[in-house]
Amino acid sequence: MNLIIKNGFIYDPLNGIDGEIMDICVRNGRIVEDFNEHDTRVIDASGMTVMPGGVDIHTHIAGSEVNSGRLLRPEDHVYDVEPRKTITRSGVGRSVPSTFITGYRYARMGYTMICNPSMPPLEARHTHEELEDTPIVDKATFPLLGDWWFVLEHLRNGLIKECAEHVAWMINATKGYAIKIVNPGGLETWGFGRNVKDLDDPVPNFGITPREIIRGLCLVNQIINLPHTIHVHTNRLGQPGNYITTIETMDCVKDLAKTERPLIHITHCQFSAFKGDSWQNMRSGAEEIAKYVNHHKHVTLDMGQVVFTDTTTMTADGPWQYTLYELSGNKWVNHDVEVETSSGIVPFKYRRKSYVHATMWSIGLELALLVDDPWKIYLTTDHPNGAPFTTYPKIISWLMSEKAREKTLKKINSKARAKSLLPSIDREYSFYEIAIVTRAGQAKALGLKNKGHLGAGADADIAIYNIDPREIDPSKGYKAVRRAFSRATYTIKSGEIVARDGEIVKVPDGKIYWVNPELPLLQKGSSSSHSNIPPDLRRKFREYWTVEFDNYFIPEKYLRISAPIRIEVRW
Amino acid sequence: MELRVWEGNKNRLLSDLFSVECEENAESDGLTITLRGNFSKVRRVGASMSKGKIIVKGDVGMHLGERMKGGEITVNGNADSWPGGGMEGGRIEIKGSAGDFVGAPYRGSIEGMKNGMIIVHGDAGREVGCSMRGGLIKIYGSVKHFVGISMRDGTILVRGNCAGKAGAEMLNGRIIICGYIPSILPTFTIDSIRPNVDVNGEKIPGPFYRFLGDMADNGEGKLFVSKNKNPHLTAYEKYLL
Repeated sequence: MNLIIKNGFIYDPLNGIDGEIMDICVRNGRIVEDFNEHDTRVIDASGMTVMPGGVDIHTHIAGSEVNSGRLLRPEDHVYDVEPRKTITRSGVGRSVPSTFITGYRYARMGYTMICNPSMPPLEARHTHEELEDTPIVDKATFPLLGDWWFVLEHLRNGLIKECAEHVAWMINATKGYAIKIVNPGGLETWGFGRNVKDLDDPVPNFGITPREIIRGLCLVNQIINLPHTIHVHTNRLGQPGNYITTIETMDCVKDLAKTERPLIHITHCQFSAFKGDSWQNMRSGAEEIAKYVNHHKHVTLDMGQVVFTDTTTMTADGPWQYTLYELSGNKWVNHDVEVETSSGIVPFKYRRKSYVHATMWSIGLELALLVDDPWKIYLTTDHPNGAPFTTYPKIISWLMSEKAREKTLKKINSKARAKSLLPSIDREYSFYEIAIVTRAGQAKALGLKNKGHLGAGADADIAIYNIDPREIDPSKGYKAVRRAFSRATYTIKSGEIVARDGEIVKVPDGKIYWVNPELPLLQKGSSSSHSNIPPDLRRKFREYWTVEFDNYFIPEKYLRISAPIRIEVRW
Repeated sequence: MELRVWEGNKNRLLSDLFSVECEENAESDGLTITLRGNFSKVRRVGASMSKGKIIVKGDVGMHLGERMKGGEITVNGNADSWPGGGMEGGRIEIKGSAGDFVGAPYRGSIEGMKNGMIIVHGDAGREVGCSMRGGLIKIYGSVKHFVGISMRDGTILVRGNCAGKAGAEMLNGRIIICGYIPSILPTFTIDSIRPNVDVNGEKIPGPFYRFLGDMADNGEGKLFVSKNKNPHLTAYEKYLL
């Protein structure tokens, strides 16, 4: 079916369109320049805001970790139940919603592409099964490779090319999209009951430092030519004083830059921007990090904003999750994924009146407001670590309105309020900038050429919000902004209307984006044979893993709708 | 009545399932709801209520008065599990017996009963006052295992017997058992013998052994156990200085 969206205010930052009234034409799931209007459904968007479909670069929505979170939290689900409707399935929600509800809720907010950022390679099959059950939105998932023994061994021995071969094989084997690094070296060290202290603290038995892992994988990323940068969760996350480690992490790959393209993405940066040396004198390091990011081109960030609510923290950073358990005394899960990584889950409640929590809330917003270029920082909550993704509209209203921030500031811990930088910041995001931090910037950082914009040839993923930018001043009318962004008037996915006024009207399956690096080693034999894999791999599988090599690789036919991105490897 | 309720997975009108009669009463400031018949399969009666009165003439199902904030519920028959789950105020009186998890939060949560009072005239099941944070639970009959598990504050008074494992994981608060208990958890330590215990101004005559625990969680809870009904616990007395 053809669609034409008429008279909307278009915000399409990748094409430089800032609130102009234009028509958008859709044919066969793609945006096209023009066509005759025969057999065309017309959507009248006059007085409404039209943006590309939302892109979320970092949200934990699938996999064994999320699933354990679901098991751990019946009390999170019991008061948020969505009954079955004609075309939608029933489910439960809040901080770790069931897969179907995740898809519906993202679509209702106008999001059409989401990235699951932490997949232990061993759990890839499970992750893909859950991603398939997350309807409507397109998905990608990043395998955790920062503590994989092969990476540690090869980088220690200085074998960058061999490391790249293994990583490329793993990306293909797990149908992953980017290299995710969590607390590099720290997870392996956690196997011995410790954590790494800084970037130069060697990992036991391997003798390699986090700095070498980050630099090595950054080089590997350049060799394989992946569309996204390395996606880094820094060392010492959540510890007071860690902003220095974060700046060092960004700085340690600076010299590898050959082009203008960013090299490193620091994810949920708020959790890595603490100053001070204890929880008593912990304060914001956002200013220093923002200053660094403003002066360097090789870095992108996402916020990891905290919202005051009851949520579930989950990350591959096992040692940090153990600390969190000790701080909260709450129930917890901690797990070692053989050869590869670790993980942990702790339910957590962010309280307004807690000095530390209120400061964390402030840090997230400070980062977003102090980094001058919105193309360098994206809106996330590290769902569900900072807050569930359903709080995005609230965060948008904080970014767009000083008044909204002041209102929340009045209610938080007084010591945190006195130290917060927010009262001194009068910046307010425009709709154009919101479109960057919620879709265009994220699509650009992910290297997704057909997402995050409305130019000809792009996927027809479009969100239409019932808000008239000429009439509503978001600075004062932040409540209207929040309402509009929580319920898209239309969400269009691949040219089909999937949500209308917050109701799901169609439930198509989303695609799985994955990267298929053209590996010379893999190409020689038949398409799916492993005859040319690195020779040590098969033997080491026998020695180290509980899973056999032949059962590990996920064939493409396992994905319901596969969207491989072929890339040329620069061997 | 236009009120909608769930029957299984179907959304129904309240008046489709029950015959409903209303009468104006100008005198009372809160509403009184009287339920007659067999309500033993009806759940969440009085959930989140903040004022008024509910009288159940018969049995009632699970989650009675769940998270209620105020008002009063009286049940003339028995109540199923989770009466007063996570309640924050008000009063529940059950003339018959109650099921498991009296005053306990939903499974997985640690936000137990915060305030208010639950009185059960008959027996109660397992995990009475689980994760309790305040308020008072009085059981006139006996209770099964794990009374006061994980409790942080508040008082549980059991007039009858207890099946055992009283106060496991408790961090603070008081449990008073006037009847027989087979044994005390090894993670409790005897502190003293008290002639009586004061519960909301009511003097409960003893004497009672006073234990402190749960030491496995560095708890400071107080467990009072009747001395006269538990002669097998006299061995503890040698640890008293």
